[in-house]
Amino acid sequence: MACIEARSLRKTFGTTVALDGIDLHVEEGRILGIIGPNGAGKTTALNAILGLTSYEGELKVLGRDPWKARDELMRDVSFIADVAVLPRWIRVSQLLDYVAGVHPRFDRTKAEGFLAKTTIKRTKRVRELSKGMVTQLHLALVMAIDARLLVLDEPTLGLDILFRKQFYDSLLNDYFDRSRTIVVTTHQVEEVQDVLTDLMFIDRGRIVLECSMEEFESRYVEIMVNPEQLAAARALNPMHERPVFGRSVLLFDRVDRDQLASLGDVRRPSIADLFVAVMSSPSSRSRGTPAPQADQIGAAK
Amino acid sequence: MNMPSNTVPESAGVGAPSYKVATRPFYWSVWRELWENRSIYIAPLIVAGVELFGFLVSTVGLPERRRDVLLLGPAKARAAIEVPYDIVAVMLILTSFVIGLFYCLDALHGERRERSILFWKSLPVSDRTTVISKTGIPLLVIPLVTFAIIVATQLVMMLWTSVVLVAHGMSPSSTWINVPLLQQFVVLLYGLAAIALWHAPIYGWALLISGWVRRATFLWAVLPVIAIAVFERITFNTSHFAALLKDRLVGFAPNAFAFGPHRGVTIDSLVQLTPGRYLSAPGLWLGLIFAAVCIAAAIRLRRYRGPL
Repeated sequence: MACIEARSLRKTFGTTVALDGIDLHVEEGRILGIIGPNGAGKTTALNAILGLTSYEGELKVLGRDPWKARDELMRDVSFIADVAVLPRWIRVSQLLDYVAGVHPRFDRTKAEGFLAKTTIKRTKRVRELSKGMVTQLHLALVMAIDARLLVLDEPTLGLDILFRKQFYDSLLNDYFDRSRTIVVTTHQVEEVQDVLTDLMFIDRGRIVLECSMEEFESRYVEIMVNPEQLAAARALNPMHERPVFGRSVLLFDRVDRDQLASLGDVRRPSIADLFVAVMSSPSSRSRGTPAPQADQIGAAK
Repeated sequence: MNMPSNTVPESAGVGAPSYKVATRPFYWSVWRELWENRSIYIAPLIVAGVELFGFLVSTVGLPERRRDVLLLGPAKARAAIEVPYDIVAVMLILTSFVIGLFYCLDALHGERRERSILFWKSLPVSDRTTVISKTGIPLLVIPLVTFAIIVATQLVMMLWTSVVLVAHGMSPSSTWINVPLLQQFVVLLYGLAAIALWHAPIYGWALLISGWVRRATFLWAVLPVIAIAVFERITFNTSHFAALLKDRLVGFAPNAFAFGPHRGVTIDSLVQLTPGRYLSAPGLWLGLIFAAVCIAAAIRLRRYRGPL
C-alpha cells in the first residue's frame, strides 16, 4: 500500500497558489526529501498530509483522508514542525505523562531510554531547555512512538552542527526500519543527501524534479572541466555551469560518463548543486514549458 | 475525573503492529489545562489567604464584640456573626468568575500564539476532545476548586474563632449555632452549579473568541457586546440588550434562590433553594443553547487554526 497518495493536490490562499496540482506517490519504507526555495509550497504540502490544512484534489495518507480524520491518522503519523513547538510551560515529566496518556503507540520506557542519553532533567520546563535540548526531547518522544509515517519540517533549523548530525544519526540508527516512511523538508540538503532514498524538488507549488537516489546517482554527473576543453563540454548541453577556483564545473543529465571523463575530473554532484541548477534553469522559472533543460545555459554564460 | 477511556481498534495495515493500549485523552487533556493554568487554583488560594489574614486581624477583641453582638437579639446576632463567612464565599465566587473568563479568553489563543497547537495537533486527540476539555475547566473544575477552597477557608475561620473564644473562657457555641456550615456547604454547591450553568454562554462566547481572533481577545469579546448596547440606547432609546447582559451576569440569583423579604440576599434555609424554578427558567436553557452553539463553532474553527 502506498503511504501517501495524492492526485491534483491544490491549495490556494486568496490569489496565491501554494500548491498547483501536485501528484504524489510515496511507498512505505522510503525516506523522501522535499527540497524547495522558501514559499515553494513545502510546508503547505506537509500540512495537507498532516490534516492541518484543507485542500482541493485527492489525498490519502495511510488510506485515510487527513482533513477529515486527523486525530485517527495521528495514531500512525508523527510530526516534528519547523521550529520548536513544544509548549514552553510544560515540564518534561508532564509531557511524558500526557503523551503516554493520549497516544496508544507511545512506549514510555523507550522515551525514557532516549532521554537518559541526554542531559535533560525530568523536572525542567521546556522553556528552561536550550534549543538543542528541546529538539532532543521532541525527537525522543517521536522515536518512542511506533508510527508508520514520520513527517519532519525543517527539524534541524537553528541547531548547531553536532545536534544536527546527531539528529539524523539517531533517526537512522534507532528509528528507521524498512516498514516506516519518513518525509523531510530541509534547507540543509548536504546533511540529508546520504539519508534519503527519494528526492523531490518543488517550486511555486509544482514538482520540478522527482527521482530516487539511485536514479540521482546514475543520471547526474558533474565535471570540473579542463579549461582547453570547455567549448567541447559546453557542446554536450550541460544543465548548469558554475565557476570553482577559476575553473568551470558543469552539471550534466544523462550524458555518457566515459565521454565526460575525457573532458575533466568527474565528480558526484551534491543535491545542492542539482537544486541550484534546476532552480536557475529557464524551464523551471518560466513554468509550463517542458523545454530541454539546459539549452540556453551555456550560451547565457 | 474518571472519564470513559477509548481503546484503539486493531490496525488495518498488514504487518503494522497493533496495540490495544487504553488511552484517556479527555482525562489527560484536563490535566494538561491544570498544568498550564496554575492560576486556576493559585489565584483563589491567594484571595483566600488575604481573607484569612484579614479575618485573623479582625478577631483581635473578638470576645468583647461577641458579647455585645449577642445582646442584640438572635436575628441580628446571627446576621453579624455570619457576615464574614458570606463575604469569604462571595469574594471567592467572584474570583472564580474572573479566572474562568480569562482562562477561556486564552484557552484557544495561547496555543496558537506559542505555536504549540502544532504539537497538540500532532497527537491523536480530536479538536472536540480538546475544546470540550477546555470547556470543562470553567464549568466543572473551577467550581469544584472554588468549593474546596471556600470550605477549607470557612473551617479554618470557625476553628480559629472557637480557639479565641475558648481561650477567653467563652463558649464557642455562638458561632457554631449561628453559622450552620454543613447547610451552607449544600447551599454553596447548589449555588456554584447554578452560577456555572448560568454563565456557560459567557464562557462559550469567550472560548469562541479565543479561537477566532488573532489578538486582543478581551476587546473582541467585550467591545462588540458593549457596542450593541450603546447602539440600541442611541438608536431606539431602549436598553433591552443591556438588561439581557445584566440578567446573564446576575440573573441566576432570583431564579435559583427565593430571598426572604427582610433578609436581603442571605440564604439561611434550604427551603430558599428553588431548583425547580431555576431549571424551568427559559434564560437557563437559551443560555445553554447559545453556549453549545459557541462551543460547536469553536470545535469546527480549531480544525482550520494553526499558529498565529
